[in-house]
Amino acid sequence: MFRLEKRPAPSRFWTASTPVLAVVLTMLAGGAMFAFLGTDPLAAIRTIFWDPIFGEFAFYYRGQLLVKAAPLILIAIGLSLGFRAGIWNIGAEGQYIIGAISGAAFGLAFYPSESILLFPAMIVAGALGGWLWAMIPAILKTRFNTNEILVSLMLVYVAEAMLASVSSGLLRNPDGLGFPGSRNFKDYPAAHNNFLIESAGVHWGVVTAILAVIFAYALLNRHLLGFQIRLTGAAPKAARFAGVNPSMLVVICMGISGALAGLAGMFEVTGPAGQISIDFNSNYGFTAIIVAFLGRLNPIGVMLAGLLMALTYVGGDAAASTLGLPGAAIQLLQGMLLFFLLAVDVLANFKIRFGKTEAA
Amino acid sequence: MNEQLLIVDRLTKAYPGVVANDAVSFGVAPGEVHALLGENGAGKSTLVKMIYGLVRPDSGTMTWKGAPYEPGSPHDARKTGIAMVFQHFSLFEALNVAENVALGMEDPPPMGQLAARIREVSTRYGLPLDPVRLVGELSAGERQRVEIIRCLLQDPKLLIMDEPTSVLTPQEVEILFETLRKLSAEGTAILYISHKLEEIRSLCDAATILRLGKVVGTCDPREKSARELAELMVGQTLHTPTRESADVGDVVLDIDGLSLESANPFGTPLKNINLKVRAGEVVGIGGVAGNGQDELLAALSGELPSHPTAIRLRGQDVGDLGPNPRRALGLLAAPEERLGHAAAPDMSLTENAALTGTIREHLADNGFIKWGKARTFAQAIIRDFDVRTPGPENVARSLSGGNLQKFVIGREVLQRPDVLVVNQPTWGVDASAAADIRQALLDLAAKGAAVICISQDLDELMEISDRFAALNEGRLSETRPARELSIEEIGLMMGGAHGMEVAHVQA
Amino acid sequence: MDLSSINPLVLLASIMVASTPILLAALGEMVTEKSGVLNLGVEGMMITGAVCGFVIAVETGSPLLGFVGAALGGAVLSLLFGLLTQYLLSNQVASGLALTLFGLGLSALLGQKYIGIKAPPTTDFDVPLLADIPVLGPILFRHDMMVYFSIALVALVWAVLKFTRAGLILRAVGENHDAAHALGYKVVRIRMAAIAFGGALAGLGGAYISLIRVPQWTEGMTAGAGWIALAIVVFASWRPWRVLLGAYLFGGVTVLQLNLQAAGVNIPVVYLSMLPYLVTILVLVIMSAKRGRAALGAPAALGRIFHASG
Repeated sequence: MFRLEKRPAPSRFWTASTPVLAVVLTMLAGGAMFAFLGTDPLAAIRTIFWDPIFGEFAFYYRGQLLVKAAPLILIAIGLSLGFRAGIWNIGAEGQYIIGAISGAAFGLAFYPSESILLFPAMIVAGALGGWLWAMIPAILKTRFNTNEILVSLMLVYVAEAMLASVSSGLLRNPDGLGFPGSRNFKDYPAAHNNFLIESAGVHWGVVTAILAVIFAYALLNRHLLGFQIRLTGAAPKAARFAGVNPSMLVVICMGISGALAGLAGMFEVTGPAGQISIDFNSNYGFTAIIVAFLGRLNPIGVMLAGLLMALTYVGGDAAASTLGLPGAAIQLLQGMLLFFLLAVDVLANFKIRFGKTEAA
Repeated sequence: MNEQLLIVDRLTKAYPGVVANDAVSFGVAPGEVHALLGENGAGKSTLVKMIYGLVRPDSGTMTWKGAPYEPGSPHDARKTGIAMVFQHFSLFEALNVAENVALGMEDPPPMGQLAARIREVSTRYGLPLDPVRLVGELSAGERQRVEIIRCLLQDPKLLIMDEPTSVLTPQEVEILFETLRKLSAEGTAILYISHKLEEIRSLCDAATILRLGKVVGTCDPREKSARELAELMVGQTLHTPTRESADVGDVVLDIDGLSLESANPFGTPLKNINLKVRAGEVVGIGGVAGNGQDELLAALSGELPSHPTAIRLRGQDVGDLGPNPRRALGLLAAPEERLGHAAAPDMSLTENAALTGTIREHLADNGFIKWGKARTFAQAIIRDFDVRTPGPENVARSLSGGNLQKFVIGREVLQRPDVLVVNQPTWGVDASAAADIRQALLDLAAKGAAVICISQDLDELMEISDRFAALNEGRLSETRPARELSIEEIGLMMGGAHGMEVAHVQA
Repeated sequence: MDLSSINPLVLLASIMVASTPILLAALGEMVTEKSGVLNLGVEGMMITGAVCGFVIAVETGSPLLGFVGAALGGAVLSLLFGLLTQYLLSNQVASGLALTLFGLGLSALLGQKYIGIKAPPTTDFDVPLLADIPVLGPILFRHDMMVYFSIALVALVWAVLKFTRAGLILRAVGENHDAAHALGYKVVRIRMAAIAFGGALAGLGGAYISLIRVPQWTEGMTAGAGWIALAIVVFASWRPWRVLLGAYLFGGVTVLQLNLQAAGVNIPVVYLSMLPYLVTILVLVIMSAKRGRAALGAPAALGRIFHASG
């Protein structure tokens, strides 16, 4: 058996290297899983982790990388602020959907406007939608002490029901011959989140994600509010003593993460997804939880983790088409990554001693 | 020495960076009351944990009634006949007295019978207890009775008591000692851990003195003076804090009819507290743990807001202000719990300096923290208060208790408070750090600040206070000049014996 | 709209069926939480149980073996969570979420070849004599064994927690792990057992959905039932009989909205399908607002990390 010995101070080395170790372990375990599924593990891992960046068709995949990474990073940045403070917004998926619906609905309401103000207004509408959806668990928590995990999660199912409803009802394309799904934003230039640099996959969502990373970095490291967020997560009683108002912090953190998730949804639906449809959301809201942890709740880390997670999506698609690897295998791989990360995280704060154990 | 009940021979236990026990040897005879004396960190707790089977020694042996004794767990210890009363109670607040007792017994009888036995034994030993009450609703003194009754129900041959009197009033201490003397007369050996010298001199037959994990002496405590014991324990002569006499000024802090519900379901509400504190004086507030100390500190620091007029600072209502507005006005505080309340364990000393210093030290500009300035402030605390640490970038939990406490108190003192409220400023701190901290509080008062010191250490309060008041069940007594008070009177102010009575057993 | 098409007797009987999965999962989670561990991975364990149960039942043709496999699958998965939180001292919230994400992926992978297959049928068990009582008999006493098993389990858990030493120790560990450790109880082992029990019951609950309630396999078929189970534990203030009440209440809401949909009530389907989730939120608000009493029911050490410092 092993025994854990608390380090006097967290190890900087392990804090930085546990995510890398977790990725390596995931590749090993994932390779074993691929072999079990009858796929060549080396080929699978190369297809997922290497080819999209350096392979023959990298010119195509590289663009995809940013397209997938942007919403993940946007959502995860918001989540990581809350997670740092011990505020668990698990319902980003719902905020993402509602942000997408509000942004898209605002644009579709003015169809076929050609105003250059339309797209900026849609951005605001998307952020506002996500923010409002996140305010429900935030206000319930501060007013009634309701568990924000359960409420924000329940609201995901409510949001999904609303998405199903509007995509075949309110927002259905009137020229769509009765098929579910809204008008396609590609045919609606004033409301379309078009690529700014097509080959690199850069659209407004990518720009916003980069801004969010910079904003979060400055907030956490320089600003009093960021210090309060970190303090609340590290020692809630000390935070109260330092004068932090916990309710205020809940509202701020939930609000920021809701707004960012809403933005992500809005950029996704008006760009890469193209239309409101029952399944436009690709579970980014949940995957972003993994991204936030994998990035150690640190803005720069989140950015790197978002890129890595995007790689598993892009590489997973490639592996599905070239090697016939099932999509669920990628989902499982992502789940494994979070597991391994949590498992090796212990190294940052504890030394592991093998051998004689304590009594009791 | 064949009649020894327990012999401990060269027990050694090392933790990373510290040898908690280094070849410790001693013996206890049946019926003997044996003191383990030492400062915080001397290794007393580790030693008794090894005897109770909670910690396994690295080397060394124990012998029980002539046979080897190697407890693998507390269950083994209890089966052998060893019982222990813990300093931080091993009790469960949401369970009732009988359930708590059952959990500490090896073969408890059915609940009905157990309840009857608890009533019977608790009455016999003068420690009345109601078996169906929730432990969370009991006072600290009553909780200790639960622990003691739990031990007594198992007819122990050796009873270990870890700092048992820190939660008792002087009257209750006397009654407890009567009970212990009777137990000893019945043949039960008692291993008594304390750093309170007078207690040991009045109760114990023998003493083993530990310093930094080693036995530095054994003696008959009745033949030594408290001073001699203290020097053995600390290893040096300590200076007693001194103060320059200062004129007491105007009332700065006026607590007027403060009543407050506790934030904790098992906490103590404050009831109509009145206290005026003048510039330049130290008011000591005594009382047994759990009588509203934490709530009083939270009410004064601003963590628990109250009615605006319940607390006035220089005539200004501050009762409803949060901690930071109060800091801006000059009312500062240092709570009891160092790690997690006064300081964030995993944050650097620089960050911990900013934790309370942002307002008065102007460490933020438009909401942006000036980390360079915060670091300078942290360095000033480290320098002025002799905090032993490699530097301000180290995290709070890497410091020893005494050093972190010096940092916490220093952080507030350096901000030039008009009123400083501290709770248990030297709890669990080594003697030399404790002396430094008390001196700092006295110096602060001499410079004209008002100091409120909440503490459970009566010696400390007598040493530094000008006036004394006691908290009992959330009520504060009248203040009395500290110099005029006898231990007897202090005990009565703290609530007397709280229903305890002398044991009814015949010795 | 034709409300008369809803037969109240059938409605009552179907409530019992609809409630059983949530009841099982919530009861297991309650025991886990009583030991001081918050496992947010109920959804992941349920869906894993659902797929394990379904695959084994299809392969062996025996629903009973399916349930056994589901319980094992849920327990094994929960032990992964136990390893993370009890031995490697990971944050329980993060680990629980990881468990759910992992379970959803795992179940999708395991179940991909089984989509569209029907589960082997389970036979209803008529309670002798009682089943023949007119009206009440068919409602209450003609169900599959799992319905009765789940209710019996509620009684069993209640009795163990209230009357036995094992139950007392479990509650003690959940109240104050440091004190329990000081008295010599093996906190980590006791918690691992409670976690595994919770996992096994979540697995059974999941299998009940895939084997009896639906009965076939579709991805993500638990649709938030695990999260609702977590909410029910809060609703029940950590008391077994109130878990039963809560589960039947939610089962009732679910069945009612399905029946209303079927009856073509003039409420858009979207609102009806939101109903169980909205009711969950409402109940959480009501229970949490009464702060004092609910707080007393919660184990004091819930979610805290235990590390014996020696």
